[in-house]
Amino acid sequence: MTSIGLAQIAIVLIAVVVAAIPLGGYIARVLAGERTLLSPALSPVERAFYRLAGVDPAREQSWLSYTMAMLAFSVVGFASLYALQRLQAYLPLNPQGFGGVPADLAFNTSMSFVTNTNWQNYSGESTMSHLTQMLGLTVHNFVSAATGLAMAFALVRGLSRAESPTIGNFWVDLTRSTLYVLLPISIVVALALVALGVPQTLQASIDATTLEGAKQTIAIGPMASQEAIKELGTNGGGFFNANSSHPFESPNALSNMLEIWALLVIPFATAFAFGRAVLDFRQGRAIAITMMIVLVAGVLVAYWAEAGGNALLTAIGVDPSPGNMEGKEVRFGPAMSALFAAATTGTSCGAVNAMHDSFMPLGGLVPLFNMLMGSIAPGGVGAGLYGFLVLAIIAVFVAGLMVGRTPEYLGKKIEAREMKLAMLAVLIYPLSVLGFTAVSVMLETGLASLNNAGPHGLSEILYAFASATDNNGSAFAGLTGNTLWYNTTLGAAMLLGRFAFVIPVLAIAGSFAAKKKVAASVGTFPTHGPLFIGLLIGVIVILYLLQYFPAIALGPIVEHFALLAGKTF
Amino acid sequence: MLSQLRPAIVMIVLFTALTGLAYPLAITGVAQFVMPTQANGNIIERDGAVVGSTLIGQNFATDRYFHGRPSATTGPDPADPSKTTDAPYNASNSMGSNLGPTSKKLVDRVNAAIEAEFAAGRIDVVAADAVTTSASGLDPHISPQFALAQAPAVAKARSLSEAQVRALVEANAEGRVLGVIGEPRVNVLLLNMALDRLN
Repeated sequence: MTSIGLAQIAIVLIAVVVAAIPLGGYIARVLAGERTLLSPALSPVERAFYRLAGVDPAREQSWLSYTMAMLAFSVVGFASLYALQRLQAYLPLNPQGFGGVPADLAFNTSMSFVTNTNWQNYSGESTMSHLTQMLGLTVHNFVSAATGLAMAFALVRGLSRAESPTIGNFWVDLTRSTLYVLLPISIVVALALVALGVPQTLQASIDATTLEGAKQTIAIGPMASQEAIKELGTNGGGFFNANSSHPFESPNALSNMLEIWALLVIPFATAFAFGRAVLDFRQGRAIAITMMIVLVAGVLVAYWAEAGGNALLTAIGVDPSPGNMEGKEVRFGPAMSALFAAATTGTSCGAVNAMHDSFMPLGGLVPLFNMLMGSIAPGGVGAGLYGFLVLAIIAVFVAGLMVGRTPEYLGKKIEAREMKLAMLAVLIYPLSVLGFTAVSVMLETGLASLNNAGPHGLSEILYAFASATDNNGSAFAGLTGNTLWYNTTLGAAMLLGRFAFVIPVLAIAGSFAAKKKVAASVGTFPTHGPLFIGLLIGVIVILYLLQYFPAIALGPIVEHFALLAGKTF
Repeated sequence: MLSQLRPAIVMIVLFTALTGLAYPLAITGVAQFVMPTQANGNIIERDGAVVGSTLIGQNFATDRYFHGRPSATTGPDPADPSKTTDAPYNASNSMGSNLGPTSKKLVDRVNAAIEAEFAAGRIDVVAADAVTTSASGLDPHISPQFALAQAPAVAKARSLSEAQVRALVEANAEGRVLGVIGEPRVNVLLLNMALDRLN
């Protein structure tokens, strides 16, 4: 670890916080339906959307119809994306002449993009036509993130309203999130990325003759526009197989920093937006600080692990001072690779600028554990906030048990129904991650996909299902995911991780909205101070360490000690 | 749910038009008009022929040029297109090795690379980037340490003085922005083109 590396990390995180506070205020105004700076330009478009869709923006929905609308939108999105991939051979803007995408891969990819996962079992440059990249993948990068933001605000409304039968209108939240938040920031970031060297062209490839006279075919495309929303929407699906480590997706240190900033800024802003929506800045600040503590702890562990180099290679004569460089780019180095890894898994982004599979055992444990915690530090767009609020509810409940008082959060009594729903949501993750992993390691077809043997092999499978369930999308990419088994099971894990989690969350929103607000008294546990932050971190650590310790002990932790003992697999 | 079907379909169509067509095409238009060099991939030409992109590494095999990092990219096997074979710096199939830190394959591969470097008499301390594959397989850069280590061999192959070649490396080395942002590096393609101009 060097002071320059730490300074690089600090610069990015400070820039995130500085932008997130005002952006949070803006997001809160957008989702409260208020007028904003962009309203004169955008409200005609917005009204046209409602008119064509037959939506009355003034009519709010109960939690059940809100959920139904969200599900209907996801089903239609899934079906259209599936059809687009299967039929791309017959559609325009296919300069390389790719055939239709096979059924199981198209299923996996559609599920992946509709759930904001962006797990990629395909290699972009050799599978997807420009039309599919634009009409299919870019669109879902926007709307799946907007859906996340909508659901988070449905829960926030549940907490901020009293005795209300409704929690907002899904179509309005979806439209306003896309038009007012995601699209304008994407335009700015996309153009900044082009200025830094990210290509944006409809050409398919460039033929070059290298200095030594060999032919080099360089794949290219309209990638800056996709790159921007890939990070801002915490999607993570790269234009290319190598994602943001590809020099076209991120040509230099500045583009790298901009991308990390972009993937962190909306999730942090959402925490501040929550504070504004419940009319108490301190509530949002407490959540944001907790997120930052968990994030920074992960960054430091990963940076420490990567900066030391690989002892097995040092032993045979490799200079350890630049750190573990296998699977890393020279222009990024270990500090920015570690920050990217922790940020992309602390959010549900899943873009990578280095190969996590080649990280040191404890360096790779950080992104893995971030995802096992459900990517909550600071979480995906929207998904981070609602995931965190569920944990806050559990933390308040634990505090209530300790003092023998009915727990309340923001004036809402937490009763049996909400706790049952919160536990239901939280238990889906280990069920999916550990269940699918256990079955995969017992099957021939599951093990045939491995790229690494020994404990690292278990880590590859565990990482895959953690990533899918968590809707992250990053990978220990040595695992061959494009098989019938993994296409299907990973698709199912994404489905569970998104919808089996969020339906209970929306039910909690409905249940809270209907409740009275109790006035705070001296007995009320304050949820904005250091005590609450400490309790929240305690709950997170205990909850997830208990659930996953046996699995991570057999994977990364065993590998760490094997490496120290000089053992290879 | 059925009553939600119409808004669902209409919204998908509208957002497809807006974010899937209008947005990327507008960005393409602006980028092509204002920043054509960047938007088209920083292509570099020599004598009117495209030799590559300054951002994308290429494979150098002879002693006359500085070498880039090992690359894990593959391409279709010419003998059997259903299989793949090693194809370093294949810029239409980016990938890393994805070998884990305790992988025997990794240690063996690095060991072989180190022995080859020693056998060529090029290196006394092995720079980490000289024997490890990058994440994309297309890394355009190497560390100044690795570039300087190659200087004697390149100088010999080109009948130049070692000092001349070392000076060229120093001149092509890029540092950190404001002393903080980025890592010290040398762009191999640009360095090799400068080398060609020297002769």
